[in-house]
Amino acid sequence: MNRLKTLFDTKKEPILSVYFTAGYPNLDSTVDIAAELEKSGADFIEIGFPYSDPVADGPVIQESSQVALKNGMTLELLFEQLKELRKRVSIPVLLMGYFNPVLQYGVEKFCASATEAGVDGVIVPDLPMYEYEEMYCNCFDKYNLSNIFLVTPQTSEERIRKIDGLSNGFIYLLSSSATTGKNLDVSASTEEYFGRIKNMNLKNPTMIGFGISDKQTFDKASEYTRGAIVGSAFVKMLGTGDDYLGKIAAFVKSIKS
Amino acid sequence: MNYHVNEKGYYGDFGGAYIPEMLYPNVEELRSKYLEIMHEPGFQEEFQQLLKDYVGRPSPLFLAERLSERYGANIYLKREDLNHTGAHKINNTIGQILVAQRLGKKRIIAETGAGQHGVATATVCALKGLECVVYMGEIDIERQAPNVARMKMMGAKVVPATSGSKTLKDATNEAMRDWINNPVDTHYIIGSVVGPHPYPDMVARFQSIISEETRWQLKEKTGSESPDYVLACVGGGSNAAGMFYHFLDDANAKLVAVEAAGKGVDSGESAATTMLGKEGVLHGSRSILMQTADGQVIEPYSISAGLDYPGIGPQHAHLYKVKRAEYVSITDDEAMQAGRLLAQLEGIIPAIESSHALAQLEKMTFKANETVVVCLSGRGDKDLATYMKYFNL
Ligand SMILES: Cc1ncc(COP(=O)(O)O)c(C=O)c1O
Repeated sequence: MNRLKTLFDTKKEPILSVYFTAGYPNLDSTVDIAAELEKSGADFIEIGFPYSDPVADGPVIQESSQVALKNGMTLELLFEQLKELRKRVSIPVLLMGYFNPVLQYGVEKFCASATEAGVDGVIVPDLPMYEYEEMYCNCFDKYNLSNIFLVTPQTSEERIRKIDGLSNGFIYLLSSSATTGKNLDVSASTEEYFGRIKNMNLKNPTMIGFGISDKQTFDKASEYTRGAIVGSAFVKMLGTGDDYLGKIAAFVKSIKS
Repeated sequence: MNYHVNEKGYYGDFGGAYIPEMLYPNVEELRSKYLEIMHEPGFQEEFQQLLKDYVGRPSPLFLAERLSERYGANIYLKREDLNHTGAHKINNTIGQILVAQRLGKKRIIAETGAGQHGVATATVCALKGLECVVYMGEIDIERQAPNVARMKMMGAKVVPATSGSKTLKDATNEAMRDWINNPVDTHYIIGSVVGPHPYPDMVARFQSIISEETRWQLKEKTGSESPDYVLACVGGGSNAAGMFYHFLDDANAKLVAVEAAGKGVDSGESAATTMLGKEGVLHGSRSILMQTADGQVIEPYSISAGLDYPGIGPQHAHLYKVKRAEYVSITDDEAMQAGRLLAQLEGIIPAIESSHALAQLEKMTFKANETVVVCLSGRGDKDLATYMKYFNL
């Protein structure tokens, strides 16, 4: 069974997912960071494959993507690195990135390589629902990969229902319509939005991402959903010095204690 | 053959709306309303009035006699350079500001490379009293100082794009990020026939006034509304899309789209997208894109900032693929020479973008009495510093 489904079916406590960019800060740091995250208590991880034009990302992930590309990261190389992944990591792993690198690699080949590496799902923010349904859904299904969709406070109820129908993993709720790396600002309207989604009783579990950076925002998000995703705050920490692997345990603990 | 967008937002294999969910509500609002808004009598009346009294349309169709003599054909120039603000870009910004108003938007954002689209956007925002923020690559801000000053003079805020390569592609990324972060009251005026559906179609419709006028002007001047050749330069492709629009179904009219070869198609410093690109997705649409084998976008190069873009609009990708138009490329040097030639034969200093279209004439052979229309997309005032440096003036 899909590791992601098992996790959501069995875990009682709030779930923490951590995002980082493959090839950052060093070209070969990808699997080491993943292994260290598992050891430190992360429940699943999202590995970003870098793109030259990440329009949904703020400065921190833009910077990590540029450094990763400069370091020489490519999808080809990432899949090579991920051959080690399942020897050291057993929690669910998602790949996250923009559509063009996937298109060039070949969508079917991408799905095949991902499954072979033991990847459980994919988040491609700029692959919209219509194109996914028409052209690529069969391929994701064939390789048993979950495709994760995003929802924002502006997404209509009708569309959320449609997304729920197409999803098979979890639904990624954005804390606000924003690029990555902004701080979650829990206003009355965000609470209204989280509450509204919760009351929809969707068939898929939900996780909140974008703007989750510490224990306070993680706990707040977990009141409404199964848990939350930390990205920019973790990537920022990775960029603060050579002993980044040593700092991962403390980082995870500071959020999920 | 259908050359226009279908109900799914595609031109053959190209187009679509490859956008993150954060942009979906705005793009969907626009998609569901743009045609209805554009067809409202009140909209049409205001649009036509502004084109006439503010932009100065119809732009003349000028028979360039000395140029015609040199090339042995009847060469007409469609004078978009005479528009207010000096280029075709304003046809689109007038249209889009009226759409934005009808959508109840209060704040306008835009990207710009050379600054022509930024100026045209700042202009209509001043005209309508809307807040205006223009994203421009840090490098382009330095290269195009007069246009930055024009935007500021009209009250626009010019924000440097400091990410990536700090040019047009990155300014577009920043504008899209702004739109993601301002999901409710902001309209993004895209400056070319690029971006997610419905932008390529909406911008082409606003620019189609170019060929609409050209047809009746030709009829008036030559007795026939159908030319043998229609030429235009292609950055993202908006002046070409407008120049081709009403000729797409005219089998007699051969369409020629001119890309920027920069220092040469194989020099590594080029913007000849159809020659160097492959199918890909950038800025919300599936088209032809200059990119690495790994799908990273390659930074293009052209002496002309307006053609310095790694993609082309999806309709162009389609016209290229089905061979309705011929896509060719012109180097920096060829364009600069053609610019000076027009200045000296006709007393018109063209934008370096437009000089690329003119340079193609040098490579063509015509039969006697053939009729050729070249879109003179803009005037060369903004490029004087480049011409001065190049020719040691
Ligand atoms: C005068 C002129 N012509 C052409 C272009 C290229 O744009 P497009 O291909 O959208 O017409 C520009 C862009 O800045 C321009 O200023």
